[in-house]
Amino acid sequence: MIQVRNLSKRFNDLTAVNDISFSVPAGEIFAFLGPNGAGKSTTIKILTTLLRPTAGEVLVNDHNVALKPDEVRRSFGIVFQDPSLDSELTAWENMEIHGVLYDLPKKQRRERIEQLLRLVELWDRKDSVVMTFSGGMRRRLEIARGLLHHPRVLFLDEPTLGLDPQTRNQMWNYLRELNRNEGTTVFFSTHYMDEAERIADRIAIIDHGRIVALGTAAELKQQTNGATLEEAFLALTGSTIREETAGAADHMRAFVRSQMRR
Amino acid sequence: MHKIYILWLRQIKRYLRSRSRIVGALAQPMLYLMALGYGFGAVFQQAGQGSYLTFLTPGVIGMTIIFTSMFSGMEVIWDRQFGFLKETLVAPMPRFNVMLGRTLGGATVATIQALIVLVASLFFGFRPTSWPLLLAAIPCMFLVALLFTALGTAVASGLSDMQGFQLIMNFLVMPLFFFSGAIYPLEGLPRALSLVVSINPLTYGVDAFRGLLINSSHYGLATDIAVLCVATFAFLYMGSRMFERIEA
Repeated sequence: MIQVRNLSKRFNDLTAVNDISFSVPAGEIFAFLGPNGAGKSTTIKILTTLLRPTAGEVLVNDHNVALKPDEVRRSFGIVFQDPSLDSELTAWENMEIHGVLYDLPKKQRRERIEQLLRLVELWDRKDSVVMTFSGGMRRRLEIARGLLHHPRVLFLDEPTLGLDPQTRNQMWNYLRELNRNEGTTVFFSTHYMDEAERIADRIAIIDHGRIVALGTAAELKQQTNGATLEEAFLALTGSTIREETAGAADHMRAFVRSQMRR
Repeated sequence: MHKIYILWLRQIKRYLRSRSRIVGALAQPMLYLMALGYGFGAVFQQAGQGSYLTFLTPGVIGMTIIFTSMFSGMEVIWDRQFGFLKETLVAPMPRFNVMLGRTLGGATVATIQALIVLVASLFFGFRPTSWPLLLAAIPCMFLVALLFTALGTAVASGLSDMQGFQLIMNFLVMPLFFFSGAIYPLEGLPRALSLVVSINPLTYGVDAFRGLLINSSHYGLATDIAVLCVATFAFLYMGSRMFERIEA
């Protein structure tokens, strides 16, 4: 379902992704682990046609992301790491736009919107403008929206960041069911080791733009003689803390927040 | 079609929900009508050119359209900063259609703003030569609005943050407005100015409005519409190329 061959991505003099190769067969749940700034999000952005690769070949559902982006976009769904809602629209309108953009027929669209908004417990707030939502509510809405259409591959970039355990649980149950019933390939990145170990069939660990290990949780532990996945992870990536440079968007949001507080 | 429609509808909803933006965008044209319209009235009359307010109103409509549509087009930057742009960039539809939905929405908003200014101008004393031609001016306003929303989208697609926004407003939108004949007649201009004015698409927009509203056109309506159509297609093409290349 996903084939990555010798993929590199450079931003000016920074190499974010350095010659990585891996593949994910259809129907697999695949976890992508790595410290901050390791290249997880960059890779996901390339897989989802938001960034163009500097070198290498990437196929999603047998289509080359650089050459056939429209075909690739028809194959996947994504839950982004950073906000992507229209905060001037209501929860329901955000869902509705997504449903229309992804060709869901009206009846199915309405049913699923209700089902998912209930799942993330936002149904009674469906007509509120997103601007009035707390961070956690927005995150839940993003997830509900990402699950609205049932694509061949679902990408989730740190989907559970800032979610309460209840919602996290609901989300993974829903995803596992989707994976079992419809054979949806799931590709997610996370910082929670237990999540990767519990959910994923295979795990890739990326650091400094390179894949340093790839296998099942058991294999990774065996490879590093770690008792837990966390130990294996630290053995592979070291224990120094990484700084992530903030992008223009983060500065902008910080600015707007500071203005609103006045 | 439905996808383009829903993106159009999004622009309209956002517009209707931001009352302050509506009022803010109307303040400037009203000020021009009042201060310039009445202020230069006497001089204009003495020069034998008739009522300045009548002359100015089509120009102020042009001004409303260029400001509102450029701003709407440049909402791409805003959407990029707040993330919603990504949602549309990965959607399974050609990016050209994404751009078209946004642009049609922005153009509709600018046309509504222009109509509000037109109605307000009636209270200031503006009278169109013929009411049926006034109706014909509406699609013409939409054409001009489409042109500048597409230009705004094209420009904004190449910018990554809000800093560029002021730059565009000061170095693109203001010159386009002042070098358009929106506030002065095109007859008897110095050669250099006349040349600059004649390569500005807004000139033809304002000229077409004058042709339809007060029956006084410099280039002739056929030329105006032809130039506007060509420029609109050119900017839509440019905008879609720029929009397709966006990385997020």
